[in-house]
Amino acid sequence: MTFSSDKPNMIEFKDVHKYYGDYHALRGITATIKAGEFFSLLGPSGCGKTTLLRTIAGFEGISSGAVLIDGKSMENVPANVRPTNMVFQSYAIFPHMTVGENVGFGLRKDPRSKAEKAAAVEEALAMVGLKGYGGRAAHALSGGQRQRVALARALILKPKVLLLDEPLSALDKKMREHMQVELIKLQRQVGITFILVTHDQEEALVMSDRIAVMFEGEIAQLADPETLYRKPASRKVADFIGTMNFLPAKILSEAGGKAEVETPGFGRFTLDVEDQITGKPSEGGPTVGFRPETLTILFDGQTAPDHESPATITEVVYYGDMTYYDIKLDGSDEPLRLSMRNVFGRPVLDIGTRTRVAWAPGALVLFR
Amino acid sequence: MGNASIWGRIRQSEAASGLALVSPTAIYAILLLAAPLATVFLYSFAASEQGRIVWDFSFDNYIKIWTAPNVQLILLRSLTVSMSVTLATVLLAYPVAYFVSFHVPASKKSIWLFLITIPFWTSYIIRVFLWKGIILGYNGVINTVLMGIGITDEPLQAINYNAGAMIMTLAHAYAPFAILPIFVALEKIDRSLLEAGQDLGESRLLTFWRVTLPLSMPGVIAAVLIVFIPTIGDYVTPDLIGGGKVPMIANMIEVQMLKQNNKALGSAIAVTTMLIVCIVSIVFLLLNRRFLRAQK
Repeated sequence: MTFSSDKPNMIEFKDVHKYYGDYHALRGITATIKAGEFFSLLGPSGCGKTTLLRTIAGFEGISSGAVLIDGKSMENVPANVRPTNMVFQSYAIFPHMTVGENVGFGLRKDPRSKAEKAAAVEEALAMVGLKGYGGRAAHALSGGQRQRVALARALILKPKVLLLDEPLSALDKKMREHMQVELIKLQRQVGITFILVTHDQEEALVMSDRIAVMFEGEIAQLADPETLYRKPASRKVADFIGTMNFLPAKILSEAGGKAEVETPGFGRFTLDVEDQITGKPSEGGPTVGFRPETLTILFDGQTAPDHESPATITEVVYYGDMTYYDIKLDGSDEPLRLSMRNVFGRPVLDIGTRTRVAWAPGALVLFR
Repeated sequence: MGNASIWGRIRQSEAASGLALVSPTAIYAILLLAAPLATVFLYSFAASEQGRIVWDFSFDNYIKIWTAPNVQLILLRSLTVSMSVTLATVLLAYPVAYFVSFHVPASKKSIWLFLITIPFWTSYIIRVFLWKGIILGYNGVINTVLMGIGITDEPLQAINYNAGAMIMTLAHAYAPFAILPIFVALEKIDRSLLEAGQDLGESRLLTFWRVTLPLSMPGVIAAVLIVFIPTIGDYVTPDLIGGGKVPMIANMIEVQMLKQNNKALGSAIAVTTMLIVCIVSIVFLLLNRRFLRAQK
């Protein structure tokens, strides 16, 4: 899941601000999206992610700053001449046209002959798995089919950038997961820059080369999925992406790139400052964060390769393939979440069981 | 037990309660619409002798109508006037409906619609007199202004007692009837469709032509029918604005029914008019049927 950064810039945001009256919707967005990248804008509703996407499409003007597409400023460039196409959240399929007419809508000015255009429409439909659907009435399609038509209609114009505004949110879970994989394959096949807006962190992690996490009109972190998951830039980002446990921490000393840290439950340990300490100093003081899967319950006879701490199980949630435990470490009142894969022969423990958990300082992140 | 259970079943059945619910309206419709219509239809095949209906089934009335040049002339005039009124009304109503739907903030739309319906607060007769007396008449605004600034020396004849004045008055009267259905059709259009049109490379104008207009056609079609059908049978306007000099088909029916006391001939003209309205409407609907296909 790495993406080479030597590709040329496709989209550049330079200190983009957007006001709606008094409301400051975009607060100084500066970011670069590379050519051929699958990029996601992730955040809760109202964070400005859709507004930012619409500034690329040209549906939304900006109050100050600049948006560049392929090196060209988009100031005063209307939506219909921008080298972008969009898959709308509602799919915006024209109800008075057939599937084929929808897909061919943007080809009116195309100099090719009628037969060549018809072949292009058929090819685009085949690409999204709707071969032979051209003659159907658009209003009779299912949600998943509408989305495919919207994709074909945009991709047939070979845009430099494809914009996707929460394209999967209207689909059921199975269909959504299926379409995630299809979209990734499609993006690799056509090689076009895809920019996806989503509020679903899992979707963003699965699909993207890089993700910009947005809160309140600002980009809180821009990174690849792995970095985002392993080393979130703030507690807020950590909370938004997956589950993270937090323990209050004290930094005892900092020298030579190492920091001596103490938390209730874990005791004293050493962290790498460069790699493991992140964020600006916060009001609540430093906090150590770690993911549920970085803790492991030790069964009789097992020993931790690194550190271990005694704990009590306070809650058990059984998921079939996984079991989630809430535990309390001795010496700490913070409930911590721990996940264990239910491999063959491993028992599911009961509430109240005394146990030992293995942990490794390398899996921790400290938010200043 | 037997009887009680039957009554119980009837009372519980959905069909029975449905019928009970619609029956007041149904009775009203049958007594005041269907029955008079059937009477007119039957009269049209009878004969009138000194004001009395004589039951002598024949097509004589229809033959008389279809061969009389003055009936043809008046029918043609009625069609021309009502088609012109329809055209003028719908062409003028569309921009108003478009403006209210697309450029008036959502919170102000109802006040705009309210203002549009204000002409309905006064009776049509009074509005016709306003046009006749105040605007178009001999001492009306137009003539006063024209004479006041010295363009004409005497009142213009051209703006009164003719078909043009009738079209103007009717178009004004029916404007809200045309604006409302077009407005509703425009309101129903998903705004993202218009963005999609532009996103796919079309200008605003071409997006209007390829997306907005076809999607609003059901409203336009409704507006056309709502204006066309009543105006062809309009009877007050030709009398007042036209000054009786340009009678339309309804005036002719009135003359036969009430003045000549020839109910049979009057009925035949009425049935003929209905038939023509039906045919024109059906042809119009067929021509536009692709816009009326299920759109969800």
